Amino acid sequence: MASSKRERREFVKGMAFVSPWFIGFLVFTLTPMGLSLYWSFCDYPLTQPPLFRGLENYRVILHETDFWISLKNTIYYACMALPAGMCVSLGLALLLNTKIRGLGIYRTIIFLPSLVPIVASALLWMWIFNAKYGLFNEVLAKLGINGPNWIADVNTAMPSLALMSLWGVGHTVIIYLAGLQDVPTELYEAAEIDGAESFRRMWHVTIPMISPVIFFNLIMAIIGTFQVFAVPYMMTQGGPFHATYFYTMYLYENAFQNCYFGFASALAWIQLLIVVVLTAFAFWTSTRWVHYQGK
Amino acid sequence: MTTLEAPTTSRSQAPSRLIASRAKRKTARKGRRQSNPFLIHLTLLCVCVLFIAPFVWMVSTSLKTVDQVMRDPPVLIPKPMMPENYWKVITHPKMDFPLFTRNTLIIATLCVIGTVLSSSIVAYGFAKIRFRGRGVLFALMLSTMMIPGAVLMVPQFALFRWLGDHTPIQFLGTFKPLWIGAFFGSAFNIFLLRQFFMTIPDELSEAARIDGCSELGIFARIMLPLARPALAVVALFTFMAVWNDFLGPLVYLQRPDQYTLALGLQTFQSQHGGTEWQLLMAASVLVLAPIVILFFLAQRTFIQGIATTGMKG
Repeated sequence: MASSKRERREFVKGMAFVSPWFIGFLVFTLTPMGLSLYWSFCDYPLTQPPLFRGLENYRVILHETDFWISLKNTIYYACMALPAGMCVSLGLALLLNTKIRGLGIYRTIIFLPSLVPIVASALLWMWIFNAKYGLFNEVLAKLGINGPNWIADVNTAMPSLALMSLWGVGHTVIIYLAGLQDVPTELYEAAEIDGAESFRRMWHVTIPMISPVIFFNLIMAIIGTFQVFAVPYMMTQGGPFHATYFYTMYLYENAFQNCYFGFASALAWIQLLIVVVLTAFAFWTSTRWVHYQGK
Repeated sequence: MTTLEAPTTSRSQAPSRLIASRAKRKTARKGRRQSNPFLIHLTLLCVCVLFIAPFVWMVSTSLKTVDQVMRDPPVLIPKPMMPENYWKVITHPKMDFPLFTRNTLIIATLCVIGTVLSSSIVAYGFAKIRFRGRGVLFALMLSTMMIPGAVLMVPQFALFRWLGDHTPIQFLGTFKPLWIGAFFGSAFNIFLLRQFFMTIPDELSEAARIDGCSELGIFARIMLPLARPALAVVALFTFMAVWNDFLGPLVYLQRPDQYTLALGLQTFQSQHGGTEWQLLMAASVLVLAPIVILFFLAQRTFIQGIATTGMKG
């Protein structure tokens, strides 16, 4: 009896401490999500009350060319930016995990770009990509190459944005570095005794040991790429000819410019579904390649 | 069959050295070549030049005259220098820099206070009080970190609109939607602080409890002072997030006199249509500078905070 009384007291105390988050969760997460799920089945122009229409929104969406274009663009971007970002950040982290002089300076320089506010970096890169006076084409001109139009060309616009995203990998590099520094030295020694050469040691020791960190960064990158908005919104407005028209821009336009709240809610739920499926797929494959220490 | 004289092995203990020494000696030359520090330096130097070039280009452009911006080939160090460009931006009629800074600072201050307060209280509950359902709630909280912001953006906007219609308090067109959520904790910061509180031994709070200290007293007088470095990380990250946020102000702020720096910079750009690049770059430098200064003042706190992010495996 005494223990259950104590338990109850602890429960009240615990809930009291946790309540700010819990109330916030109910008001700002759970309720909005529930409402938007309901609205996704409604015609809801915001000025009038929502009108239930069943699966109408979803049916319309699947027949919208803009939906497919924005989805295709986002996936195209993800297919370039995601693997490139993962490789570059891991490669840089491996280089920075050696014990050479001036590491602090290298690390700071590689990290700095990821601090740049997204609006400022969008402006800066618009200028760098400028076909006539931009940094890239000026350098290429010196080498005697006629540079492309970068973000102003249908074919190079998206690769340009993916290239630009590599500038901001510093954040991920730091997370990898933290993981790399946790790999016990004994493992390298053991591998060395067994005669494993550098590449094989990296493949058989380093990569498996930091696979949980790789996995974490992969999930974050999947969620991140589906949220890209400010960069194309500022730099290209989705153009030229919808070449950089991202999913989030399509959603934003429908929600806040056309005020199709029901339609936009359906789009948001499709986005959530895609992210959940991709994450679940990543989790499913993770049993094969992610190794947790001591678990 | 080669071994690699990697820098990490310099810390290796004597026994393993002994065993490996013969094999090592045999292939030392080849091994050393593979981890050539010169090559690593060269690669890192090239990468750093690529990473820093945009900054140089940005500052260089911001100090040019219109003619110099359009000169072919471009000059790196402009002559004459135009530091007045910065003054021109600050006093520009189309971009009220001081006002936008003030707006950003108001929102940032409220968010920092709210996040630090609420997240630390919740984190303490998750870390130090054993109550039924704690595990489930914590898992639930972690899973909310996976929800894409866009999914919540639409209904939250509608929620604030509804609240404005049904209560005497207006939300849309004010700063409120941008900071009110901060007072309910944020999952990522709660997680970060909880990890920190977990490292503080229970004996400390037990002793205080025996002395008749209340739970809130333990939290405020013992835990919070100890958690100062972690709180600094949370404050720093929150400040940065507000300073950088673009979508939030774009959705919620309606009048130009309410704009934050990020939103102001975007409107400044779209009105200029990319003609006066020296002014746009000067404005970008001005928006970026406080963040860079903040980073150099608190570099260690920063790096450690980010490193913790990936630590949940």
